[in-house]
Amino acid sequence: MHVMYFTEQPMSAYPADIGLETGHTALMFSNKHFDPVAGSRLYNQYLEHYIYAEEQGVEGFMLNEHHNAPFCMQAKCNVFASILAAVTKKAKIVLLGNPLPLAENPVRLAEELAMIDMISKGRLVSGFVRGGGQEQLATGVNPAFNRERFEEAHDLVVAAWSRTGPFRWEGTHYQHRVVNPWAVPLQKPYPRVWIPGVLSQETIIWAAKQRYPYIALNTSIEATKKIWELYDKVALETGYESGPENRGYLQQVHVSDSEEKAEKNARQFLWMQGEFTGLAHPVWANPSGYFSPTFRRNFVEFAVGRAENPRGRPTFEQQVADGRIFFGTPKTVIPKLRRVLEETRPSIYGIWGNDGSVSDADARTCIRLLGQEVMPAMREIGKELGLKDPFELNAPVHLKYSTDLKQVPQAAE
Amino acid sequence: MAGWSEQNIDLGGLKLRVGRGGSGRAVLVLHHDIGTLDKLPFYEALSARFDVIVPVHPGFGESSERAPWLRHPRDIAALYQWLLADLGIERASLVGLGFGGWIAAEMAALAPRDFHRIVLVGAMGVKPPEGDIFDQAIVSYIDYAQAGFHDPKAFERVYGDVSTDQLVNWDLCREMSFRVAWKPYMYTPSLPHLLGGVRAPALVVWGDDDKIVPRSAGELYAKSLPKARFEIVAASGHCVDMEQPDALARLVTSFVEEN
Repeated sequence: MHVMYFTEQPMSAYPADIGLETGHTALMFSNKHFDPVAGSRLYNQYLEHYIYAEEQGVEGFMLNEHHNAPFCMQAKCNVFASILAAVTKKAKIVLLGNPLPLAENPVRLAEELAMIDMISKGRLVSGFVRGGGQEQLATGVNPAFNRERFEEAHDLVVAAWSRTGPFRWEGTHYQHRVVNPWAVPLQKPYPRVWIPGVLSQETIIWAAKQRYPYIALNTSIEATKKIWELYDKVALETGYESGPENRGYLQQVHVSDSEEKAEKNARQFLWMQGEFTGLAHPVWANPSGYFSPTFRRNFVEFAVGRAENPRGRPTFEQQVADGRIFFGTPKTVIPKLRRVLEETRPSIYGIWGNDGSVSDADARTCIRLLGQEVMPAMREIGKELGLKDPFELNAPVHLKYSTDLKQVPQAAE
Repeated sequence: MAGWSEQNIDLGGLKLRVGRGGSGRAVLVLHHDIGTLDKLPFYEALSARFDVIVPVHPGFGESSERAPWLRHPRDIAALYQWLLADLGIERASLVGLGFGGWIAAEMAALAPRDFHRIVLVGAMGVKPPEGDIFDQAIVSYIDYAQAGFHDPKAFERVYGDVSTDQLVNWDLCREMSFRVAWKPYMYTPSLPHLLGGVRAPALVVWGDDDKIVPRSAGELYAKSLPKARFEIVAASGHCVDMEQPDALARLVTSFVEEN
C-alpha cells in the first residue's frame, strides 16, 4: 500500500475579514491582499515540511496546484516537484496533478515532467486533472473545450514520452511541426499516471478505460463505493479486472498528541470550504460547458442563487460523521482508517494532514505522528488485507501495456 | 403574432429552427448571444412591412442543433448565406443584434455585394478602441441578461419571473458563446479592415446606456463601413430591440425602405 502526505499549502496569512466582506475569496479576490513576505515564509515552511516528512518515514508526497485563491499557494506543481526531486531522496513525488487543459504546449509539459523524473531518479507519478472551473477562467482557457483539451493533451504528452521522435502532431487543439524532446522520462514505458477526481462520472470512465488508477478526493465512504462500482464495471467491459491497485483515496486526517488539539486543528479543514476562504461565484467554479450536461438543470438554479449547492455544504460534525474528516491521536485514528481500508480497499492513500492556519509546530507534530505511527500501521493493515499498490504489483502503466486482457464479448446485434 | 411560423430547416444535416412572418423585402434578423424568445414585439413590428426571418443560431438553445465543428461566428455567417440560398432570397437586408451584429458584419465582409441594407445594433465583432466588451463568464445568467437593459423594468417586462427553462437556455447560449468567441472575446481582429468593400448602406445603432459593448465599437463600425450612419437610441441599454422595440423598428423600417 502506498501512503502519501498532502496539504493544499494554504496562503493562510491573508486578511480573512476582508475576504468575508468581499463575499468571495477566489478568482476575482484582489491579489493586493497577497503578502509576498508571508508568501516567502510559507513556501519555505512547506518545503521544510516535506523534507521533515521524509525523515519521519513518509514515502510519498502528493502535490497539486490552483490559481487566484488563498486556499492553495501552489501555482505550478512542477516547481515544488522539481525542488523536491533534488532535495529529497526516496519519497515518491505524486502530482495530482497538472491541469492538462491549461497547457498551451503539452510538449513543454512533457519535457518538464521528464526532467523531474530524471532528477528524482524515477520517483515521479504524473497525475493529470481537468482543473477546476476557476482555473480555466484564471488562465484564459476555454471551459467549453476542457475535456477535449484534457484528452488531446494527454495523448500528446504520452506520445512525447514514449514515441521515438521526431514526429508531427496535427490535432484539434494542438499542432506541432516537430515533436522531438531531448528530455524523456527515466521510467519506462513512462511514469505512472494517476487520475484524481471528485464528481464527474466521465473522468472515472475515462480513467478506467486507460487502466489508470483513480484517486477519489475526499468522498464519503458511500460515494467512494459507487465510484468503484462504476470503475469496476468499465474495467470488465474493457477486458480487465480492477482491484486495489486501481483505487486511490484522499482523506482529511489530522493527528496530534491530544484529542482536543486534533479536533481544534481538524476544524481548519473547513477553511477552504467557504467558511474562511474558497468563497466563489458558482459560475466561476462551473463555467458553461465545463460541467457535465446532465448536471445543467440542477446547476442553473444554484448559479442564480435560487437553490442550495447541489453538492451541499455539510457541517464539520456531519463530515466527521460521514467519515470524510478524521482527527485524533494515532491510537484513535488508526482504527478509523482500518475501517475505510476494509470497506473501500484502496492501495493508494493520500493523507491530507494540515490545512488553514495550523501552526508550524502542530503541522510538524502531525507529520511526525503520520510518518512514525499512522502510515506504518496503514501499510501493515494493507498487507493484511492484500491491498497491493501498482508498484508492488508492477501493474501496467496503461491499458495498452496489459498482458492479461480478456476478450470482451461483443454486444448482440 | 399573426402569420408567424416556425420551421426546422435542414442545412447539410444540421437542423436549424427558423421563425418567419410578414411579407415584403426579406429582412434577416440575427439575435443576441443570450438567444431569443420565439416572438418579440420588435419582430412583429418589422413583419408589418417585411418578410422577417429569424433563425435560432445553432446550439443557442435547445431548438437549434449544435454542430461540434462550429467554432467561430464566421461559420454561422457562412451557414446563413447557405440558408438564404436555400430559401431563394436575393439581396436581403441584415439586422444584427449584439452578437448577431457580429455575424451580420461577417456576412457583409464575406459577400460585400450581396445585401440591400445592413443594420448593426450594439454589435459585437470588433475590438472597442476604448473599453472592453463585458465578460459574461464572471456573472450569473440573470445578471448578464439584466446588464443588457437600461431600465430593470424593461427586463422584467420581457422575461418576467425567469423560469428554469430560460436559465437552461441561457447556459446553453453561454456555452455556445464560449465555443465560438472565447478568445479573443467577441471580436475578429481583421473585421474592421474587411468592411471597406461593403456596398450596402449601413445603419449603426447604439443604446445610449449600452453596458455590454462600448459605444467606441459602434463608432469604429461606422468609420469602417463606407456608407454608414450612426444613431443613438435614448433610454436604452444594449438590447435596444427588447427595450425600445418601436423606436428601433421605426429606424430600421425607414432605413430599409428609403431609396
